[in-house]
Amino acid sequence: MEKRVVFRSAWLPYALLAPQIAITIIFFFWPAFQAGYFSFLLQDAFGLKTEFVGLQNFVELFNDEHYLKSFKITAHFSALVAFSGIAISLLLATMADRVLRGALAYKTLLIWPYAVAPAVAGVLWAFLFAPSIGVFTYALKQFGVDWNWALQGDQAMLLVVIASVWKQVSYNFLFFLAGLQSIPKSLIEAAAIDGASPLRRFWTVVFPLLSPVTFFLLVVNIVYAFFDTFGVIDATTEGGPAGATQILVYKVYHDGVKAGDLGGSSAQSVVLMAIVIALTVAQFRFIERKVQY
Amino acid sequence: MKIKMLAAACAVAGAFAAPAQAQTEIQWWHSMGAALGERTNEIAAGFNASQKDYKVVAVYKGSYPESMTAAIAAFRAGNPPHIVQVFEVGTATMMAAKGAVKPVYQMMKEAGEPFDPKRYLPAVAGYYTDPKGNLLSMPFNSSTPVFYVNKDAFKKAGLDPEKAPQTWKEFAVVAGKLKAAGQECVYTTSWPSWVHIENFSAWHNLPIGTKSNGFGGMDTRFTINSPQHVKHISMLADFGKKGWFTYAGLGNRGDARFSSGECSMFTGSSGAQATIRKLGKFEYSVNFLPYHDDIKGAPQNSIIGGATLWVLSQKDKSVYKGIARFFTYLSSTEVQAKWHQDTGYAPITTAAYEATKASGYYEKNPGTDVSVRQLNYKAPTANSKGLRFGNFVQGRALIEEEMEGVFAGKKDAKTAMNEAVKRGNDILIKFQAANK
Repeated sequence: MEKRVVFRSAWLPYALLAPQIAITIIFFFWPAFQAGYFSFLLQDAFGLKTEFVGLQNFVELFNDEHYLKSFKITAHFSALVAFSGIAISLLLATMADRVLRGALAYKTLLIWPYAVAPAVAGVLWAFLFAPSIGVFTYALKQFGVDWNWALQGDQAMLLVVIASVWKQVSYNFLFFLAGLQSIPKSLIEAAAIDGASPLRRFWTVVFPLLSPVTFFLLVVNIVYAFFDTFGVIDATTEGGPAGATQILVYKVYHDGVKAGDLGGSSAQSVVLMAIVIALTVAQFRFIERKVQY
Repeated sequence: MKIKMLAAACAVAGAFAAPAQAQTEIQWWHSMGAALGERTNEIAAGFNASQKDYKVVAVYKGSYPESMTAAIAAFRAGNPPHIVQVFEVGTATMMAAKGAVKPVYQMMKEAGEPFDPKRYLPAVAGYYTDPKGNLLSMPFNSSTPVFYVNKDAFKKAGLDPEKAPQTWKEFAVVAGKLKAAGQECVYTTSWPSWVHIENFSAWHNLPIGTKSNGFGGMDTRFTINSPQHVKHISMLADFGKKGWFTYAGLGNRGDARFSSGECSMFTGSSGAQATIRKLGKFEYSVNFLPYHDDIKGAPQNSIIGGATLWVLSQKDKSVYKGIARFFTYLSSTEVQAKWHQDTGYAPITTAAYEATKASGYYEKNPGTDVSVRQLNYKAPTANSKGLRFGNFVQGRALIEEEMEGVFAGKKDAKTAMNEAVKRGNDILIKFQAANK
């Protein structure tokens, strides 16, 4: 029998909800509204002169090939981060699931990087791969690789992807491990008795059962790549070289905060907001239909 | 009863404390970290000890763009600091903000403090004056790019360590020899645009933009795609291919490559000397920037980087008097000479330079006067007075983006510089529209 708690008070539910609503309004709706408002304005940095310019900021944005390039970079970057992040952690989780001795230590160590702040993760990897003094740079040099991410865009991209993935793997790992542990052993054993090889068991039994987790992680990782990697990029490449790692969220920050172009930056935020809303909507529709629970 | 007595005691204490509280606080937001921050605090403490009416509170607000953004945000929120240190590329933005800033010459005049712009080095004052020659902000820390040479590396390559290359032609010969002698990193640079576009232009008496580099009006447009600019950038790219030039990245990232002894030649801020002196385990010399001897009029004089102090408009007008007194203290010869010697920044007043010279400091510390001699090399022209471009933080970033494209071999110099001009002009047009 279902038990239902009913609030008889007229105001209590609202009072209990109020803090949450206040936070949402102050930290989400208000800034979002401001960004929307500023995106139609042309204003000097101090806000002394304001002019309504309609859609001019957006028109300029979409005529700017560097902004369009930033879209491509973001797509490229997010795909790399999400795909490799998920693939690596899935591999690690399946391995961890089989480990019998020392499993706890292994799992704990894998979870650690999640506690590291993005900026710190960025700096760490930047040091390891520093163009002149990095340990990896030195090793790469022995193999005849000229490593200088300050100049080579592809290498810079690789660096920020590695740093971002490294940080996110722990999170993905946790979810995959939980997912794997909830798969009934009898299913796998049944498949084994039918003569399926471990690889085949994984692809036909385990992986489909993990699909809700995988899909959830895909969405989370893409959002992570879109926004949370800001710290990694700001602490290492600052969007360079030649804009090779300038993802959308970094460009919003650069143009708005560093360069004082509030209108242009706000227009970019609005576009970014639209993208994320679209992604989220797609996620929910997709999850409802395609994923087996 | 107890509470009542406590309240009474508080009231009495408050009444007695009031005269002491009359000391007005002056908030000074700056970007001088680490050792520089300590020197900055010393200046504030020195002023506070010299009088009783005002108390300057120096607050470190992060990097230059961060302090500037913080001050702008504070102004928008209606609670600006009194003084904010703004770097040179933010100058045009501050100047355009009429009503948000209190011009320094006006404030000094109203406060009856002596203030003569002629006391400042022309290359310094010129950067911050309006067309009528009035100083709008208070010069504080100024540096200029100079050319460093690792003498030990020269010796190892069989080169004369006392003969640093003066022209880019000589540079190429030396670079070839260093490379042949097994020098891995021959040359690197910090601040790519500041050194190789902005100062390259001034040093060769070439315009960076129309309308006297923007001093003549906001309808200025960039001219950094001239054949000379293109030639210089493509020369650097060519040096890169030969292994004579290693690109180290934006900002002062090149500094560490030189002070670690990795690169044998280096162009960077004169303000990097303090660090090089401390970290470098080698003999080095400080020299003038190399120039192209086939460009007429070169060398001219270099231009500054660094920052000035801007006074933001205050609701309480009486505080201006205190700020004016602080500025008089700040620009006194003793304070300036000490600041110059402690930090490696250029002396900003002629008197501070003379005083340092008279004290024998330059003989004891060779190289410390190169910056001021280079800034004063010739009387500044319209091309070498400085620059004043709106939103130049953004402008400089995109110029460097284009330079990186050339150094990475993705673009030729001509295409990149044309692109830099086109994109830069879009920013200038937008700034002009926003500040009509």
